[in-house]
Amino acid sequence: MKEAHHGEGDEKTYKFGMVIDLDKCTGCGACMVACMAENNISFRKDETDKLRSNFWMRVYKISNGLPFPDTEVSYIPRPCMHCEGYDHHHATPCVSVCPATVTDYNHETGIVSQIYTRCFGCRYCMAACPYHVRVFNWWDPRWPKGMEKYLNPDVSVRMRGVVEKCSFCFHRYQRAKNKAYAEGRRELREDEYQTACTQACPAGAITFGDLNDPHHKVYKLKKDPNAFRLLEKLGTNPKVYYVSTTDWVRKASDAYTGKQGEGVTPG
Amino acid sequence: MSATEEEKEQTVAEGEQAEASDEQAMASPEPVKPGTWLFIIPLVAFFIGFVVHLLVGWVVFPLLLYAGKKQPIDFNHKLHVEELGECEGCHYFREDGSFSGVPKLANCVECHEEAVGEHPEEAKLVREYVEPGKEIPWLIYARQPQCVFFSHAAHVNMAEMECATCHGPVGESDHTRPYQYNRLTLYSRDIWGHNIAGMTKNAWEYLQIKDSGGTIDGPARMKMDDCAECHEEKRGVKDSCFVCHK
Repeated sequence: MKEAHHGEGDEKTYKFGMVIDLDKCTGCGACMVACMAENNISFRKDETDKLRSNFWMRVYKISNGLPFPDTEVSYIPRPCMHCEGYDHHHATPCVSVCPATVTDYNHETGIVSQIYTRCFGCRYCMAACPYHVRVFNWWDPRWPKGMEKYLNPDVSVRMRGVVEKCSFCFHRYQRAKNKAYAEGRRELREDEYQTACTQACPAGAITFGDLNDPHHKVYKLKKDPNAFRLLEKLGTNPKVYYVSTTDWVRKASDAYTGKQGEGVTPG
Repeated sequence: MSATEEEKEQTVAEGEQAEASDEQAMASPEPVKPGTWLFIIPLVAFFIGFVVHLLVGWVVFPLLLYAGKKQPIDFNHKLHVEELGECEGCHYFREDGSFSGVPKLANCVECHEEAVGEHPEEAKLVREYVEPGKEIPWLIYARQPQCVFFSHAAHVNMAEMECATCHGPVGESDHTRPYQYNRLTLYSRDIWGHNIAGMTKNAWEYLQIKDSGGTIDGPARMKMDDCAECHEEKRGVKDSCFVCHK
């Protein structure tokens, strides 16, 4: 069977990805707030049940599990990994299981899409995703009165019963392309398309760009000897890289479970 | 009696019976039953029902399904194109590449702060909208659902497509046509298509339809399949969902 890849036309192709420096991350959560505001993510009055909370970007806290005074913590901001996969046997996990072709891997941008109007909420993708990136809408979105005026018109609001996830602020790519087209260009500059979390991070821990373009910052950063990806052993080929100079954090990335003090306990 | 004799008698009896039935048939040959042609009645009834249901589906149903509204002002596109030139005069691109769409009142006020002619529709514009400074509540024929991203810049600037390819020859019209919308989905009929039988050609083929003497007032259809078909045809690839969806 002929390999049917989507989006390999005359357009320039990108492979957008992210490098997050965990040494710089303070766990402030500004990326989460920026993401929620940018992507019209709804919230409830009572968000104590975190299993039902809707986050596209989520900051996890991990600890090395040692008693005081050797305790160390690290924060891991986790957007969608936009897994590229390698081949049919190591394909993007959510894409290969979706029965409705809601989600696909765009070979033009390297972004894993989610088309909410196609989704019927079987949540198979949530089961397949090893990173817990995907969230289900248990309720219709509601905003406090007056706040609906602050919704982003570039992002469609999701209804109850569908799965959603981080899109690397894809609407910003669309907007940047729109501007480029109006100026008669087809290619984008690095600063024209940046995600909301990247711009919001006060520590500058998040870097975003084209992983294939040597002129982009992420190209150099992903080659850092301390760079790693989450659960690399699964062969999902994620496009979000992390950098940490701490050994136990790097070990934790592959869900290493050693004896106490070597492994990681959730903070 | 021996077994063979028995058999013989039996066969004789059978032969007599057969002869008797033959005689009957000879005596009264098969009569033509009256009203055999009646089989046509259910057939005719079926075809009448078929046609009635087709008419209900293609004529009555769309009348029920779609409601019509009049535009607030009967706008004369032809006159404005003659005065101002191309579409871009009023439907322009903003600096960031986004498309302005239907002009705001401020655009109209540039010329129509006071009536420049004697047309009653212009008087209505000045009286009801310009003087109180109220935006005109235009009904947008081509408004797409909220999950759709459409870049006019990509189509007009890069692909160099004509406006009429998708929108029809709006610039040649003297009057605004009624805005029809689906009572269930509230989407404009221009999206779902004017011919419910789906017999029209696709929107982007509009110009060819016109050349061959067609009489469609406005675009044929602006559904996702129409976009996808043209993209596949023009670009030679199937596009991803995250090109037009947002």
